[in-house]
Amino acid sequence: MKDSAILKSGITLAAIAAICTALVAFTYQVTEKRIEANEQDWLERSLQPALSGLLYDGSVTESKIIVPPPHDLPGSDAAIIYRVYAQGEPVAALFVVSARDGYSGPIRFLVGVDTEGIVTGVHVLEHRETPGLGDRVESAKSDWVKQFDGRSLVDPDPGGWAIKGDGGKFDQLTGASVTPRAIIKAMKDTLLYYDTHRVEIFAEVPAESNKEEEVP
Amino acid sequence: MTSSGFVDRLKTGLWYENPGLVQLLGLCPVLAVTSSFVNGLGLGIATLVVLVASNGLVSATRRWIRAEIRIPIYVLIIASLVTCIELIIKAWFPSLDRSLGIFIPLIVTNCAIVARAEIFAARNPVGASLADGFVMGSGFAILLMAVGAFRELLGQGSLFARMDMLLGGEPMRGLVFTDGGWLLAILPPGAFFSLALAIAAKNAIDRRRHEKLKRAMPRRTRRTAE
Repeated sequence: MKDSAILKSGITLAAIAAICTALVAFTYQVTEKRIEANEQDWLERSLQPALSGLLYDGSVTESKIIVPPPHDLPGSDAAIIYRVYAQGEPVAALFVVSARDGYSGPIRFLVGVDTEGIVTGVHVLEHRETPGLGDRVESAKSDWVKQFDGRSLVDPDPGGWAIKGDGGKFDQLTGASVTPRAIIKAMKDTLLYYDTHRVEIFAEVPAESNKEEEVP
Repeated sequence: MTSSGFVDRLKTGLWYENPGLVQLLGLCPVLAVTSSFVNGLGLGIATLVVLVASNGLVSATRRWIRAEIRIPIYVLIIASLVTCIELIIKAWFPSLDRSLGIFIPLIVTNCAIVARAEIFAARNPVGASLADGFVMGSGFAILLMAVGAFRELLGQGSLFARMDMLLGGEPMRGLVFTDGGWLLAILPPGAFFSLALAIAAKNAIDRRRHEKLKRAMPRRTRRTAE
């Protein structure tokens, strides 16, 4: 190829790259606000199921704290805790944790615990369990996670935090015991953590910037 | 382009040269997202829009693009379009975005799109290229929907569930025939079986037609000879 041809190709390529970038930048400008609102909306909405029956004020996501690893909560990534307040008083804490020993990859889920240590709700956010078997831990697919509502470390005692097949108090899922086992173990660890760290959790100042919101 | 020309082209895109069924291009999305009808429809429409727009742009710029740099330019155009579509879906169809996930950005790697740019749009005027993008994209989208509907019906016993991801509003359960279904159909092997059945069905129909034609042919030639 002659020098002039190379130059010409370079210019064409640069021009098209500039046009394409402008197109993407324009679309980004137009959609940015809506996408941000959607993300925030989705986050708030996904926290709801774990707070059933609780009255609280404002947006839960503003009171977020991030617990960097290593920590005693389940999962090896940073854990997220949201504090829930009603009229300035703490009423509950929401944990976003992951159970590592699921059937296929980590199971990310929400556990809501009120100040008495009683579970207000459990909601699975993300998993890769087998469709039709382990995926019934999703609230949309079965009521399995409902059995934890109102439970705590005294009801049943820590030894009872296992599936019935292992001598515990909780139902398993037909055809799937690995997934329930992983979730129950992670819940027990979360409750134990809450039991020992309750004061610290509510004393901590929220993680400063809410802008780099991580989606749980 | 005449209307009969367009009908011929439509037949080509939907049947004779269907990108998924015949050319076997872009199989990754066909296999991965077709666990339900609405997923197939969503990705089908997204792919269709990208294909029409990329064919149009490639065709409009074909005079200025030297053969040596055409591939990087196709990639640039397709990647930018896909990014725009992804942002639009995130903004207006957030739950569809959550359901399709990584497969929207992966439209970039759908070789059906770059194949149409190279084979057709680079050599034809804008109008014809847009039409080609439309028929090929439709062929691909219809295959995605058909496989999605088939797998959803067998695997979950429902049809058109979660259409709210596209239409908005409350979660819809669609038509529910049974509670639960044949698990294998929504697992990855089900995707391969379903696609294989679709290809086999197409081939069977083609063969039957061909034989009918063959049987009809000699008679006709006889008649003209008389």
